[in-house]
Amino acid sequence: MSRYFSLSAASLLLASGSAGAQSVARTQSALEPAGAEAQQIAILFWVMLSGGAVIWLGVVGLLLHAALVNRRRLAEKSAVRVILWGGVVFPSVTLCALLAYALWLMPGLRPFAQASSAALRIEVTGKQFWWEVVYHPPQGPPVASANEIRLPVGERVELTLKSADVIHSFWIPPLGGKMDMIPGRTNRLSIMATKPGIFRGPCAEYCGTSHALMAFSAVAMAPEAFRSWLAVQAIPAEGAGASGGALFLRHGCGSCHSVAGTDARGLIGPDLSHVGSRATVAAGILPNTEDAVARFIARPDLIKPGSSMPAFDMLPPDDIRAIAAWLRGLQ
Amino acid sequence: MWLVPKQIETLWTLFTAPVVWAAHFLVCYIGAAIYCAKPELVGLSFTAVRAGIAAATVIALSLIALSAWLAWRQWGFGTDDPPHDDPTRRDRTLFQGFATLLLSGLSFIAVIFTAMPALFVTECIR
Repeated sequence: MSRYFSLSAASLLLASGSAGAQSVARTQSALEPAGAEAQQIAILFWVMLSGGAVIWLGVVGLLLHAALVNRRRLAEKSAVRVILWGGVVFPSVTLCALLAYALWLMPGLRPFAQASSAALRIEVTGKQFWWEVVYHPPQGPPVASANEIRLPVGERVELTLKSADVIHSFWIPPLGGKMDMIPGRTNRLSIMATKPGIFRGPCAEYCGTSHALMAFSAVAMAPEAFRSWLAVQAIPAEGAGASGGALFLRHGCGSCHSVAGTDARGLIGPDLSHVGSRATVAAGILPNTEDAVARFIARPDLIKPGSSMPAFDMLPPDDIRAIAAWLRGLQ
Repeated sequence: MWLVPKQIETLWTLFTAPVVWAAHFLVCYIGAAIYCAKPELVGLSFTAVRAGIAAATVIALSLIALSAWLAWRQWGFGTDDPPHDDPTRRDRTLFQGFATLLLSGLSFIAVIFTAMPALFVTECIR
């Protein structure tokens, strides 16, 4: 699965001509930060880890000393002193310092509270088991997408996080910390990518049968490339008028899915206006190939148990193929 | 020293410091939660919330310090070392005093940890 992902992800980056050949990362690791917030979190992790390691070595060293080197009993007075300093004062002061450091980092992870708001706001709504994405650029109308988030490198982006059903959690480990998506509540998260790359974002809060199959790709790209990509997304795909579209509408797909430039205006499932340009389909779990799209249309329940999309394996295989080919063409 | 309560033997003094800790925790968290959910209802700035948390912390720490001093007195100012496990009235009193002193120490640190976010967090969302 990950091989498919990286192959299609790499081709996507090349196709977009954005990050080009320079360091293209494709990771889900918080230890390889590619964003300002993730950098701070990674440093916090290493500080905590080093602190823990030093304390652990100290305790084990003392244990070995007491067991092997000096087996003499301590006088009662010195034993009390060891307990007081080693067991009470030292842990309290150390924990206090580590807590203060972590708290001191927090305002920096929430920069959107400053008067100057982020230039770009992306609204992401978690649904069982996919992500609805709407870009709100400073100028122009909102742009709908799904299961993929693109952002300009070096620019701060504000994410507005919501949920339509149960609690999900939004997390792009190399770019920032995780934030829950809670029904009836709007949470905000700020991220700034510092390196181009494609990152995997998993749902980080158990949300049902296919929780582990709910992911998305985050693509950090050069600002100019991002803006031209967004301009393309704002208008109907060129292939929207092709023949597969008629089958898509005739078989009722349009009652759940939207495709700009056609009569498909459903709002239940992911927006498919430019689905052909995404790295993956089925929320980050299948490579975006005609074959995978056809398999998903026929039996979504086999690929994503608990998904709201009904099986369409009663359709003629040729129709499924034609719809899949048409969807792939929506670049 | 007429302000300092007389020494009495009751199990209730054992809980004083943890109860102060719990009350301080609730005041800080509920106060901040109400302010951040409905700032217009309270009509104050977040600085006022932080000042309120600071005041609650000073009061809580003073009460816990008093509880600790009373416990120390009950423990005989450390004249006897634990364990106080003889079945006598004196050992029972010393044991309770020592246990109360330890709980007061724990509560003191916990109150400081509870209040620390207010030192660094300057607005509701950051």
